[in-house]
Amino acid sequence: MVPDLDVSIRPGSDIAQAMVPDLYVIQKVRKETDDTFTLELQEKSGRHTLSYAPGQFNMVYVFGVGEIPISISGDPASPVLVHTTRAVGTVTRVMARLRRGDMVGLRGPFGTGWPVREARGHDVVIVAGGIGLAPLRPTLYEVLSHRDEFGKVVLLYGTRTPSDILFREELEQWRARFDLEVHVTVDRADSGWRGNVGVVTALIHKSPFDPEKTIAMVCGPEIMMRFTALEMQKRGVSSDSIYLSLERNMKCGIGLCGHCQFGPFFVCKDGPVFRYSRIKDLMVKREI
Amino acid sequence: METLERILAEHPFFKDLSEPYLQLVTGCASNVRFEPEKFIFREGEEANQFYLIRQGRVALQIFAPDRGQITVETLEEGDILGWSWLIPPYNWHFDARVLELTRAIALDGKCLRRKCEEDHNLGYELLKRFAHIIEQRLSSTRLQVLDMYGA
Amino acid sequence: MPTTPLYRIERAGIDQIISSLWQQHFTVVGPTVRGAAIELDELHSTSDLPIGWTNEQTPARYRLIKLPVESLFAYTVSPHSWKRYLFPPILKLCLARKNGKGFHFVSGGNGSVGTSIPEAAGEARPYAFLGVRSCDLHALSVQDKVFGSGAYQDEYYRRTREQTWIIAVNCTLASGTCFCVSMKTGPKASSGFDLALTEVITQHEHYFLVETGSDRGRTLLEGVAHRPAESAEVSMGEELVENASQQMGRSLDTENIQEILYQSAEHPRWDVVAARCLTCANCTMVCPTCFCATMEDVIDLSGTNAERLRKWDSCFTMDFSYLHGGSVRSSVKARYRHWLTHKLASWIDQFGTSGCVGCGRCITWCPVGIDITEEYRAIRETYVTNTATSST
Repeated sequence: MVPDLDVSIRPGSDIAQAMVPDLYVIQKVRKETDDTFTLELQEKSGRHTLSYAPGQFNMVYVFGVGEIPISISGDPASPVLVHTTRAVGTVTRVMARLRRGDMVGLRGPFGTGWPVREARGHDVVIVAGGIGLAPLRPTLYEVLSHRDEFGKVVLLYGTRTPSDILFREELEQWRARFDLEVHVTVDRADSGWRGNVGVVTALIHKSPFDPEKTIAMVCGPEIMMRFTALEMQKRGVSSDSIYLSLERNMKCGIGLCGHCQFGPFFVCKDGPVFRYSRIKDLMVKREI
Repeated sequence: METLERILAEHPFFKDLSEPYLQLVTGCASNVRFEPEKFIFREGEEANQFYLIRQGRVALQIFAPDRGQITVETLEEGDILGWSWLIPPYNWHFDARVLELTRAIALDGKCLRRKCEEDHNLGYELLKRFAHIIEQRLSSTRLQVLDMYGA
Repeated sequence: MPTTPLYRIERAGIDQIISSLWQQHFTVVGPTVRGAAIELDELHSTSDLPIGWTNEQTPARYRLIKLPVESLFAYTVSPHSWKRYLFPPILKLCLARKNGKGFHFVSGGNGSVGTSIPEAAGEARPYAFLGVRSCDLHALSVQDKVFGSGAYQDEYYRRTREQTWIIAVNCTLASGTCFCVSMKTGPKASSGFDLALTEVITQHEHYFLVETGSDRGRTLLEGVAHRPAESAEVSMGEELVENASQQMGRSLDTENIQEILYQSAEHPRWDVVAARCLTCANCTMVCPTCFCATMEDVIDLSGTNAERLRKWDSCFTMDFSYLHGGSVRSSVKARYRHWLTHKLASWIDQFGTSGCVGCGRCITWCPVGIDITEEYRAIRETYVTNTATSST
């Protein structure tokens, strides 16, 4: 079998343009927790606002240091571009020291987004673990701004300790709403904490959603996502209705460098949001 | 008594328990109420009851001299509190402290233990159900211990 | 198979082809002897070719052997593949320069901001590849899909590739690690070339059969002394290429390969090969289709200029799959399994073809002689045995 030799390849967005970052200026830096911070960015010329879908990410460049993928964590309807990330590696640690007025480079948005449109007419269950709340926050904004298009909306959020809770004021505002159910839990706490203590998956079995018409969106450490998916299935939610957001080492973000492969999938372009039924067999394999 | 029996019958924990056993269990049941900050039981005390929480929130806590009172789990409406009444030497291993006003059904463990010794089928039915709860709590605890958000 | 007319040219004709291409400002590159191996480099005449050399290739072994004839193409593939020209080992992507509190991107070559910089890296030079074997021709087609079929494409690859001349050579012998027949990628080049040559050496004659594959190929041939090939000559050429088909050193059964590999993630063979594999990444470097790359940031001493470079990378490296705290594939087993599964199976899901063209380079250049065909055969045999027993 001879594959067609295609010398005149159809021109697409070329790698050079896609590999040169746009310039963004930091408007605000907020320390969220011990190791997590948020950057609010604006494109340098002020003429461009990034248009993106909840769940997508950008490759963010720090001058001379490098680039990393960070999920967008702001409101898609707002002109302010928001990124929340943990300072855990070389690039993010330098990024955490940047201040208002400093610049970063930005390429994106890349990747698949959460199924917000598909979730219309359904109950929506959002399960977030740790920093996983950041890529899910844009979904919550979008769902709340079209609230009557959805059934029950539930947010389950688990994190390590009370001091690791992200977006605390916002969570409290959401919890006060009558059309949104918010449950926050921590893995451990001292006696000053009056809220839930326990793993986030334990919140699922008694959560008030209809498994037959639920779309679940899950983001957090891979172990947490695996067990959450199992608990959702125990409740009767089909694996076709559960979506996870995966993470892998990325260098290009555009499916050309090979680093983010997960089985046959490129997490940067086939993901990061995946339907659980598509990847569940891969997820139980070690070191894939 | 009749209301209690219905409440117990409708609770998932007692699902499929035969009518005579249900009545037997109801015979050992009573309504209880705990004010916030009170301890339902403390570590080391004799474990003679278990509770079916109907409303409120209870924190399972342990005290460490250098770290103070640490909450390892919270239980709320619908949860079962306590299995040490089933397992010798029948002592509580944690403190159970009330966070929010809690109403519960207390089941007399001492009384039930005696009945289980007399009727092993009843014992098996209860142990089956508790094994399930313990398994769930163990799985959850393991995930908590993993400190998966830390990495 | 539709027969296109074949012509006959002499060695001098090839010299004419080479100089004509240089005159048209194409850089002619092809096989040449460098030290103890045949590598790819600039060719200025046929004397630069490995005259009278053949190669012996077996697992972990490569030797050049002198022949008693003045053949031009009596060898197979070199450790170099053509990807080094279209997908260079190092490519400058962009240059960032500090200014005040911020920075901006400058180009290296053409002066306009934010445009592609390959010009600075060494220009998208118009190349003429002379001596492309059929397996390597297929490898080019495979990389065409990798770099040219996604939403984002490699512009440098595309621009370079578009102009590049392909002068293919049909193999008249195979080496011990060849298996193009199994992968249906040779030994005869069937399309995608400007010209295709078959070297014929008999007791009395030494000539070349030429097939044209493009308009510019036809035009080039017009300027070279040639005549239609006689049927005896055509048969001779066919016989020689058929000999190569019969000499394949290795084979690989591709039937059901995706299902077999996807189901074999825990096959014990992976542990066996992992005990041998050094994760040296030789295989990925010599493989004509491997495309993994990394981005490297290089900042100058003054801290003013920061370059972003794209460099060849390999999934065999320890931190290829690094993710805060550890690598997803940290064991040797996981890395080898990923490479082989990707090459033979996942590639098909990703790009519609196999990633392997049967060139055998990975077998020859593995320092411990790991043979991809052998590894896959062991896995396939278990699967076949298991399926046979379960269906009885």
